[in-house]
Amino acid sequence: MTETTPTATPERAAGLPAQSPPVDPAGTAKSEPPARLSWWRGDGGEGARRNLGLLATLLVLVVIGILTRPDLYGNASWVWGNTLTILKLASVVGVVTVGMTFVIIGGGIDLSVGAIVALAGVWSTTLATQSYGAGGMIFSALTVGLAVGLVNGLLISYGRLVPFIATLAMMVAARGLAAEISDKQTQVSNDTFINGIASTNVLGIPLLVYILAAVVVAGWVLLNRTTFGRRTVAVGGNPEAARLAGINVRRHTLLLYALSGLCCGIAAVMLTSQATSAQAAMANLYELDAIAAAIIGGTLLSGGRGTIVGSLLGVIIFSTITNLFAINGLSTEAQNMVKGGIIVAAVLVQQVQFGSLTQFLRRNRATSTT
Amino acid sequence: MTQHEDGAVPGRRGAGGAGQGMRAVPEPPAAPADSKEADVTKPLVAAPADTVAGEVVLRLTDVVKTFPGVRALDGVQLEVRAGEVHCLLGQNGAGKSTLIKVLAGVHRPDSGEVEWRGEPASFANPQAAMRAGIATIYQELDLVEDLSVAENAFLGHEPRRLGFVRRGHMARRTRQILARLGHPEIPPGRLVRHLPAAGKQIVSMARALSHEARLIIMDEPSAVLAHDEVGNLFRIIRELTAQGIAVIYISHRLEEIREIGDRVTVLKDGRTTAANLPARDTPTNDLVARMTGRTIEYVFPERPADETAGAELLRVDGLTRSGEFADVSLAVRAGEIVGIAGLVGSGRSELLETIYGARRAHAGTVRMGGRTLRPGSVGAAVRAGMGMAPEERKSQALLLGEPIYRNVTLATFGRYARLGFTDARRERAEAEQIADSLELRPRDVRRPVRTLSGGNQQKVVVGRWLLGDTRLLLLDEPTRGVDVGARAELYQVIRALAARGVGVLLVSSEVPEVLGLADRVLVMREGRVVREAPAGEIDENTVLDLVMAGSLMEGAPA
Repeated sequence: MTETTPTATPERAAGLPAQSPPVDPAGTAKSEPPARLSWWRGDGGEGARRNLGLLATLLVLVVIGILTRPDLYGNASWVWGNTLTILKLASVVGVVTVGMTFVIIGGGIDLSVGAIVALAGVWSTTLATQSYGAGGMIFSALTVGLAVGLVNGLLISYGRLVPFIATLAMMVAARGLAAEISDKQTQVSNDTFINGIASTNVLGIPLLVYILAAVVVAGWVLLNRTTFGRRTVAVGGNPEAARLAGINVRRHTLLLYALSGLCCGIAAVMLTSQATSAQAAMANLYELDAIAAAIIGGTLLSGGRGTIVGSLLGVIIFSTITNLFAINGLSTEAQNMVKGGIIVAAVLVQQVQFGSLTQFLRRNRATSTT
Repeated sequence: MTQHEDGAVPGRRGAGGAGQGMRAVPEPPAAPADSKEADVTKPLVAAPADTVAGEVVLRLTDVVKTFPGVRALDGVQLEVRAGEVHCLLGQNGAGKSTLIKVLAGVHRPDSGEVEWRGEPASFANPQAAMRAGIATIYQELDLVEDLSVAENAFLGHEPRRLGFVRRGHMARRTRQILARLGHPEIPPGRLVRHLPAAGKQIVSMARALSHEARLIIMDEPSAVLAHDEVGNLFRIIRELTAQGIAVIYISHRLEEIREIGDRVTVLKDGRTTAANLPARDTPTNDLVARMTGRTIEYVFPERPADETAGAELLRVDGLTRSGEFADVSLAVRAGEIVGIAGLVGSGRSELLETIYGARRAHAGTVRMGGRTLRPGSVGAAVRAGMGMAPEERKSQALLLGEPIYRNVTLATFGRYARLGFTDARRERAEAEQIADSLELRPRDVRRPVRTLSGGNQQKVVVGRWLLGDTRLLLLDEPTRGVDVGARAELYQVIRALAARGVGVLLVSSEVPEVLGLADRVLVMREGRVVREAPAGEIDENTVLDLVMAGSLMEGAPA
């Protein structure tokens, strides 16, 4: 397949040593099957097995559901409806998690996502904004999210603040501003289009789920098929190497936080629609849900590795647990304990995988020398 | 930049002095010198016990230590006696650092014997070595800046009662030790942060003494010291040895070794090439020959017969970064390989990174093809046709978990993209071409870079710049950690690039590499270019003389 590619481009001119390449007589290098790229792992490698593990986890949760409420699971239409409930539950946090996944793969963290959702929601439901109609409300939510994300990015990339500190400050400040704007009141949305988003079904599936799907697909393409995604992995995996390869690390970092902010703006519209109102306390602790989902989805907190599909599965696992507790009539407190346990388990699994790898290398080294 | 294998950071305050001299400090001859013509191929072991009467405290026999891809120690012999200053001499990469770490319990040898005070010893960890009485003073002093002098001296073994630190007792004992070191004026309660470099070194020594060390290893202790402080260091070393403590002293400065050392052991390529030479009167050229005598055959490609290099590509004028290098001017023409020789810390890597825009110059200009580059901008340098293979492959150049092809295209993937969408198929095809031409093993470009050997990882980094329209390649230690076979291949690649008109600026601490590969050589010491010559007109000993010249001991700055 190398022969058919346009190798005679001008970039190559300065290229290769003259006496090479030696011909590969067996043609082994070229006769290998082309890379099999599966949809769930991009073409990055290790993610596949982990995502299978997440699917298995999900399956276990479903089995627990069946065992605890066989009466409900006997009813096919209930099962379908419940599945949609879970997905709808996952939709808002899911959109936020996609942005968060980019930020974390890029070597950062964004603690302000919940606050940005609240600020964008409140901003778009003031009486002044509502007077511009649904278009004005959506526009202002997205713009506010993007703008706050840009401020985060500026502080971190050009102000050289640690991401944790910058977004922690933003988390406090944005909620404060949201409370100020809303005068601590719940602002009811009177726009029927906005309010209709959450209650609309298309082909029997909630519109919110379509929005989540669109964001996930866009995120996947962005991460796995664009230069933006490649830069994200490079910047998070080894910022020095990225910089020395000529990548503008600061600008890219700025863009990552802007992207996260934009996702929050989208989430704000969805959440406002669900509640038909917005208030400063909305989207409380979303940052923790999003970070936790990304991490159990296999995104490395130190950056450089992660998958969108993993994060999506992480979000769905969380909402399945919530649903499981709800159908069994159990309390939220117990639910949070289980969620905490799952986060710890996920991180332990990551460490075991890395630990066993390094141990393996070490053992190999020891035996090869004796 | 801190993980230099064999870092020598010459003190910059003593700059100046003639580069040439490696004169022996006149001393009364204490022992008959081995003045015969040096036979470089066989290890030389001088008759022991000429000057040194103490018992043997440490003996190493055939110690071997390998790391993946490198045989760092390949049969080291060493004998250290109580009360002597035993000097270790060797070029960068000769294995000195690894040897220290074996003695300090950081690494465990793969084979060979370590005998400590008459008994076979194996230190499982640094604490064990310390308990046995071996203390190490590293070049980057391992002190906790925000703890006091006393807390640092007793770090990890604070005198305790019922779980409480006996602070008064600790301060008293610290004061005693500092007095023993001749520095009673240092207050035990002062934060280490507030001490000058020399004072910090004293604290490191105090820590060694707090362990009742019988052997103190000092790695380039004079590197951080100003001229007059070195004299004080030597006084302390003499007092320690008078108390029967053995000292292993590592330095690149022959003058220091002559002044303070009793015996010298020379390492090269992980082997002992000479042991127990008398420090004062072994001829300088003898020592240098022991350090450089080749056992590895370097195979360099032939230079093209006609020396007509192309038009001037890079011109650097008066480039300066204070504290790193000053007033460096150089030029590289198309098709020319220019080599920079110098020790770690001579400013050569910093110079390369500044030319590349990874550091911002304080003064001076960098021009590519006549156009001045924006300072401090890697992007501008890359757009002007520069590419760099940095010194620390793993931390500065590679995404270890990513596949080979993505590392090869790290600087160019944007060029294969359409509307921001990457073209993985094309990237892989391009990377496969590179892999073929560089004989990369394994060929499968989808394997993660982590799984490659050092030499093949370096090929990936160099190959990255073969893809773009690179006109000038900056190579910083391109063969570090690369095995002999892969080295020859890399030399071929570099020469072939030059033959195609690419300019190459090469930095290496291995002098033969610079001499063998480059068309023109610059020698750097302490941030300045001290010599420039065509490669044919300068030999290894001259370069080593220039590189190691002990300006520190030669009096005041010029």
